[in-house]
Amino acid sequence: MTSTTRRLLAAACLSITAFCAQPAAAEDTIKIAYVDPFSGPFASGGDEFLKIFKVLFDRVNAKGGALGKKFELVPFDDKLQPAEALIALQNITDQNIPFIMQCTGSNVGAALIDGVSKHNARNPDNRVIYLNCGALATELTNEKCDFWQFRFAGSVEMRAATRIKSLPPEVKKVYLLNQDYLFGQSVQADTRKWLANLRPDIQIVGDELMPFGKVQDFSPYVNKIKESGAQSIITGNYNRDLNLLIKEAVNEGLNIRFDTYLAHLIGGPTAIGSAGENRLTSIYEYSSNVPVDLKVPEAEAFAIEWRKSHDTDFSTLNFMSMLDMVAAAINKAGSTDPLQVALALEDMHYKDFVGQENIMRKTDHQLLMPYYAGVFTKDVKYDSEHTGFGWKTIATASAADLSLPTTCKMKRPAT
Amino acid sequence: MEIFIISLLNGLVYGMLLFMLASWLTLIFSMMGVLNFAHASIYMVGAYLAFTVSRFVGFFPALIVAPILCGLIGAAIEVWGLRRVHHNGHIAELLFTFGLVFIVQRLVQMTWGMLPMAYRVPPLLDFPLFNLYGANFPAYRGFMLLISAGMLFFTWLLLKKTRIGLIIQAALTHPAMVSALGHNVPMVFTTVFAGGCLLAGLAGVIGGNYQTTEPGMADAMGPIVFVVVVFGGLGSLAGCFIASIIMGMIQTFAVVIDYSVADLLRPLGLAISGDTLLTELLTVPVARIGALLPFAMMVLILLFRPRGLMGTRDT
Repeated sequence: MTSTTRRLLAAACLSITAFCAQPAAAEDTIKIAYVDPFSGPFASGGDEFLKIFKVLFDRVNAKGGALGKKFELVPFDDKLQPAEALIALQNITDQNIPFIMQCTGSNVGAALIDGVSKHNARNPDNRVIYLNCGALATELTNEKCDFWQFRFAGSVEMRAATRIKSLPPEVKKVYLLNQDYLFGQSVQADTRKWLANLRPDIQIVGDELMPFGKVQDFSPYVNKIKESGAQSIITGNYNRDLNLLIKEAVNEGLNIRFDTYLAHLIGGPTAIGSAGENRLTSIYEYSSNVPVDLKVPEAEAFAIEWRKSHDTDFSTLNFMSMLDMVAAAINKAGSTDPLQVALALEDMHYKDFVGQENIMRKTDHQLLMPYYAGVFTKDVKYDSEHTGFGWKTIATASAADLSLPTTCKMKRPAT
Repeated sequence: MEIFIISLLNGLVYGMLLFMLASWLTLIFSMMGVLNFAHASIYMVGAYLAFTVSRFVGFFPALIVAPILCGLIGAAIEVWGLRRVHHNGHIAELLFTFGLVFIVQRLVQMTWGMLPMAYRVPPLLDFPLFNLYGANFPAYRGFMLLISAGMLFFTWLLLKKTRIGLIIQAALTHPAMVSALGHNVPMVFTTVFAGGCLLAGLAGVIGGNYQTTEPGMADAMGPIVFVVVVFGGLGSLAGCFIASIIMGMIQTFAVVIDYSVADLLRPLGLAISGDTLLTELLTVPVARIGALLPFAMMVLILLFRPRGLMGTRDT
């Protein structure tokens, strides 16, 4: 009952803040607009990210914000539609908000890169920085790279390199199954590329694209995978497309590894449960067990505190790094002027919550950050979503390991 | 051969689940003239209710309780909602159920949250029923078959052996005549609507842990159920049954077919290559577009046989 009331209130607050935020009140806070889906089929992701950001904003404000001012989060709903995101961008620039964050959907990310770039060229006195925290397609920091975009999440290629590096040597036959859209195709291409690079001994016995979010019954896929004799399914599937696949494979007694990219996403562990024990792996930015391995008591205390008040895990360490780095850049620049902040962000070195090196690369504005490969097991200190199973890190790729070549040819503004 | 038999069984299970939803949707559609958009939403509510109820009293009581709750919800929707908008015509009713989809979706999200529920197959049924060429056939799937076959029998009994069945049957083909004969048609409408919701709820109870119980499950199931209703033909239960099984089989078998149109043309001496406008379309394997085939078939049947497979009235 109370949680229902809280959700109702949250929904009401959300709609009110979107309408009520007026530029007149902007003097004493630094506003950061947040564009993601809060309604429609993908609302669960945006909703959870919003909760995480509220905690992280409180944290960065408790540390003093930037220039003595506090940060203020201003959410906008894009329904995961590029057109809606551009309307939000218009609204954001009308309110003179200098920063826009967006964490879901490469198609939306591509539209924002373009929209922000054009806006900044036309309105040099009212510029805005796009903080990309989850549009992952590799091309966004390659062909489509832009001076005004900073990506604070590993590209698909960085994840693919970690993914393939962490495959155990006994795996010789793999089956690729991905969703038939921009992200899934990006995963497919980069997985193939890195298999060829790092593990030429592995044979790809199946390589398939499936309709995104439309498959009801995975048993035919499972039978095909069984026929192929694969030892592992490598997949970028997430949410329903991943949960149903794993459930079905377990039901039919298929004894195989699931080497995924995104099984750790919010809701995944709950839906998969014991079906994934010791054979489900994922590539993540963070898990509650990372600070245990790296012996960072402060971060572990944060995880404990988080678990008291949330049913979900804190796994998006890159969100925290992003806020810290933006605050540091504003302090260094001495103003919130987007051009000065952008220049301050370039080449910034930052030690994250668990002491790992992060670098914002100047050439393509991609954050070089560590990634962890982990297995879903009972043998962990902290479980995930109260399932009894958690992510145990089996391999780590540092920022230096993931400093991959880029094809970005960035146009820089005159300074 | 083994992949054929396993696919056949799985297609049958999925087809029967579709039939549970579609059979009463087609009954409601043909009696009341309302395409109930919210039918799949009730399916979702059934799954969520079953999850909540089963946490307190276990799965098997939930199998009874949750569908009854769904039936009551259905009766309430009919009495306080549909009946009021009825005199404004079918468009108003259609829009009413359309709006209901969003309201139910939002209510479910606010009550249970946006994340998948840990609704699982009961341990009693969580074992392989038999082993076929090295592949397990789960007992729960056999249980689903049993339930849906029981439902089929129950519907048959109701329609053929009871007085209300007689009226429903008459209303299927001659709705105006039935009301002219002085039957309490609103009462029959409520019963049929509530019955449909009850069975949608039952399908939700057994489908919710077979798949995942999450707010997107209504969106995923809704369109395919409509395809079945249109394909099978309005008001025809037999057509609906055949369409359900066909759709179940298509979705299962299409994935196994790795051939494309280009492969079909090759023996005829037509090689497709290069980068023309049609290359992508002709070389895409059937497996990749399997889930879209039912919709393609619906378009075809609307073009060439608008009344559906065994329907008697035009849709």
